[in-house]
Amino acid sequence: MEPSQVTWAHAGPPIVAAFLASLVEFVEALTVILAVGSVRGWRDALSGAGVALAVLVAIIAGLGTALRRIPLGYVQLGVGILLLLFGVRWLRKAILRSAGVIPFHDEAAIFAKETDAMQRLGGSGRWDRVAFGTTFQIMMLEGIEVVFIVIAVGASGSGLLVPASLGALAALLAVILLGIVVHRPLAKVPENTLKFIVGALLSAFGSFWVGEGVGLDWPGADWSLLGLIVWFLLMAQFAVSLCRMQSARRAVDVGD
Amino acid sequence: MCWLRTAVLGILGLFVDDATFAASILVWVMLVVLLLRHAHIRAEFKGPILGIGLAAILVESATRRARK
Repeated sequence: MEPSQVTWAHAGPPIVAAFLASLVEFVEALTVILAVGSVRGWRDALSGAGVALAVLVAIIAGLGTALRRIPLGYVQLGVGILLLLFGVRWLRKAILRSAGVIPFHDEAAIFAKETDAMQRLGGSGRWDRVAFGTTFQIMMLEGIEVVFIVIAVGASGSGLLVPASLGALAALLAVILLGIVVHRPLAKVPENTLKFIVGALLSAFGSFWVGEGVGLDWPGADWSLLGLIVWFLLMAQFAVSLCRMQSARRAVDVGD
Repeated sequence: MCWLRTAVLGILGLFVDDATFAASILVWVMLVVLLLRHAHIRAEFKGPILGIGLAAILVESATRRARK
């Protein structure tokens, strides 16, 4: 069958399959982007995701179906380790802040300092590489997965690559709309609570991708991400209690 | 080459606060990869074992820091 002969009856199933599979991946990316944007600011968080999308489009345009030869496991392992180290570091700081071991950020003072620096420089502000790097990584990883989904779905018949790509594009638009709707309520969540959540999210994603990268199985496949997020949140709460006890004991020892 | 050193340290600082903590995580990942790949454990338990160990390292590191 020639690509020009593809009808809705042929194109429908790959569009729906690519849409649903891509939706899962894009929602995973959105979760992290929203969390990072809420904590670190939207400009650099969205820039990271946007640049990752542009890089992905350039890679797809340059390599096309040769992308199937990229060893996904190595990409998952490399990005997973970076996300994991970054996530647990963030979560550890949030635990120590909640337990009172290290001070909370004085956001008002930081804001005043940054504003003053920006005014003196006359520029548009400093580049937040943390926000940019995190959203770039997650968007690249999930985006590469979407590319693989599109290629896999599109390879099931001649001329189906375009319908599969349309399904993935529709999923991206749906997720962007979802992000626009839910980003405002997120801004009302207290800062350290958000940091807690971001740390748990990144730790969960990092653990998941490291496991996937080295070929370990997860019960329920992608659904185990939810379990990992809850697990890291619970353990972080447990760590806060332990840290508070340790701090109190240390204070008594110093008093004696 | 001072700018290069600063850049490398800056990037490293994004991922490593406490060297022992970061090293423990990498060692655990390596151990899991080496030991679990050939271990006779049900396949779907292998991922969760990785997650349990990582959370244990996190709790230990945070409480160790609180004791200081």
